[in-house]
Amino acid sequence: MTAYSQTVAGHTYAFEHLIEVLAKASPRRSGDELAGCAAQTDAERAAAQWVLADVELTEILETPVVAYEDDEVTRLIVDSHDADAFAPISHLSVGGLRDHLLEVASTPDSAATLTALAPGLTPEMVAAVSKLMGNGDLIAVARATEVVTAFRSTIGQRGRLATRLQPNHPTDDARGVAAAVLDGLLLGCGDAVIGINPATDSTRAAGELLRLLDDVRTRYDIPTQSCVLNHVTSSIELIEEGAPVDLVFQSVAGTEAANRGFGIDLAVLGEAREAALSLGRGTVGDNVMYFETGQGSALSADAHRGIGGRPVDQQTLETRGYAVARAFDPLLVNTVVGFIGPEYLADGKQIVRAGLEDHACGKLLGLPMGVDVCYTNHADADADDMDTLLTVLGAAGLGFVITVPGSDDVMLGYQSLAFHDVLSLRHTLGLRAAPEFELWLDRVGLLDDAGRIAAVAAGETRLAALVAP
Amino acid sequence: MSDSPADSALDFWEPLRSSTQARIGLGRAGDALPTRDKLALRSAHAVARDAVHLPWDVDALERGVAALDLTVAHVRSRAGDRATYLRRPDLGREPASLDDIPGAAAGTYDVAIVLADGLSAAAHDHHAVPLVEAVVRRTREADLSLAPVVLAEQARVGLGDPVGAHLGATTVVVLVGERPGLSVADSLGAYVTHLPRPGRRDSERNCVSNIRAPHGLGYDRAAAILLGLVRGARELGESGVRLKDRSTAPPPELG
Repeated sequence: MTAYSQTVAGHTYAFEHLIEVLAKASPRRSGDELAGCAAQTDAERAAAQWVLADVELTEILETPVVAYEDDEVTRLIVDSHDADAFAPISHLSVGGLRDHLLEVASTPDSAATLTALAPGLTPEMVAAVSKLMGNGDLIAVARATEVVTAFRSTIGQRGRLATRLQPNHPTDDARGVAAAVLDGLLLGCGDAVIGINPATDSTRAAGELLRLLDDVRTRYDIPTQSCVLNHVTSSIELIEEGAPVDLVFQSVAGTEAANRGFGIDLAVLGEAREAALSLGRGTVGDNVMYFETGQGSALSADAHRGIGGRPVDQQTLETRGYAVARAFDPLLVNTVVGFIGPEYLADGKQIVRAGLEDHACGKLLGLPMGVDVCYTNHADADADDMDTLLTVLGAAGLGFVITVPGSDDVMLGYQSLAFHDVLSLRHTLGLRAAPEFELWLDRVGLLDDAGRIAAVAAGETRLAALVAP
Repeated sequence: MSDSPADSALDFWEPLRSSTQARIGLGRAGDALPTRDKLALRSAHAVARDAVHLPWDVDALERGVAALDLTVAHVRSRAGDRATYLRRPDLGREPASLDDIPGAAAGTYDVAIVLADGLSAAAHDHHAVPLVEAVVRRTREADLSLAPVVLAEQARVGLGDPVGAHLGATTVVVLVGERPGLSVADSLGAYVTHLPRPGRRDSERNCVSNIRAPHGLGYDRAAAILLGLVRGARELGESGVRLKDRSTAPPPELG
């Protein structure tokens, strides 16, 4: 059966299912090649994009890539679709949606328009339209959105760029963690969250880290939130034990099977959210969830197949993961774009493209998107690629980034951004820290007269006591 | 290179550097990193890039493991070379052949140890033998039987599933070279999988990472956690997210 075809330069390309069109219309990346769903040639990719441009949004709505009866993520997407919000675009094709979004992005009230539209968009629509967009389009459309969330600080306002301070340590050593926290705070980082990836699964160790971070936060009255990024079931256990849990973290993905690979389902995420809400620890908002995603996570769990066993492209699956996140009103969502490895995103070009896609798609679906601007040492990428990605994401109105001392995460063994990179970007693009956190920086004497992070001697600030022996 | 202006600030950070290898207190050139720190990052990246591609010293590993009175067997994954390995994780989880590994009925052995080269040969060259020694000692103390130790090349963690099943092991412990970081290019990770068989999901494993004495987790401490997980998995009948590490011993001092 040939459902779709297109002729490019005298050759006619046929595609048998929407899944195949989506996959072959995707900009080239190693993960789709690994899954065996990528276009064979650039001309086939171009043909698939022409085909995709003419696919009606209603057809996408009626053609889930993963079967409704097999997958609770599909059921979530279909059952929560808002027909009223969809009505203004229901007559459009995917190509028409691209034109419409760029048109909206050029208007002064774009944020309100896109916020109203978000519940009418499905992940598959958003993924599809992103495949027709150039990097510049992805920047323009993402910048036109505004997604604001809050707990003790407010994330996502225009003109602000927040940061997760990630003080990881290979043995969760308390003093080593505290030293990294201090370093980050002195460089103006930590307003999105101070979040540690623990070295072990131990709930005891996680409880100790939570108390350490909570002590630091309360001692200096820092308007931010802390998080130990362990499994959602461990967070539930810690909440029951009375540990100071601000945010519940979980990695999520775009199929039920991939989420099962993470040991989760929608029910346990809901249970965790209720548990965190019951603590009432937020002051300026009650967004209590923190999710991470990343292209390739479904494929790595061999949970990337859709209707008829066809492999679904990793960017469409990534975007479906945002539907999972959206259902739980998160404070923070970030793609770990360069972390998953070269088998999914091979080089700097693919990482930059994917970072822009994930950010724009998440924002269009109404998520408070951040990006871990990062790479691993086995990918063909370097710090220059990260400078580029950070700058284009800054232009795109990115909500938050991950930051570590000197860009080197000594626990996870990869490179994210240095605290310094955020100093530079905030200066270059005129971006500011989260409002509550910015006031705190001023109170503790870390801002200069121009409102920028002052170059202070660490030992002369009162924060230095944080690492007192 | 000259020092950055705030020498007193550098002094402030110096005592803290014994508590972490993180690049804390780097100083500033305007908003950016000082030149020497920028170049230090670049050279560390170059070394880490090289580390991904170096082969492990398989003869030394075999000698070291055999000295523990353990039989050694070998397997290669279906990824024929490093370039294929990096792009094809699926091939890295499948054995090219199990012919060189002695097969046994399920339950013949309580524990199997598989050394998978992963992304860092140096991790094995530096830490595998003393870690295996510690795991073997604690396994024997727990009165659990050990299968032959398997050295697996171009291997990912999932290769432990078919290998463990073929060996007839109830629980497989895969020691894998973790992806090299800038400051740490020789860290071992350990994954415990109960009732190994092809198709096990990552959520059905438990992980202990950053095994790397003296700066990361020490060998004996790692072995204690691993044996705790093995025993826990045997009681629970499964490994993975429902099995929690409930070890209560304090973490080791950094040395």
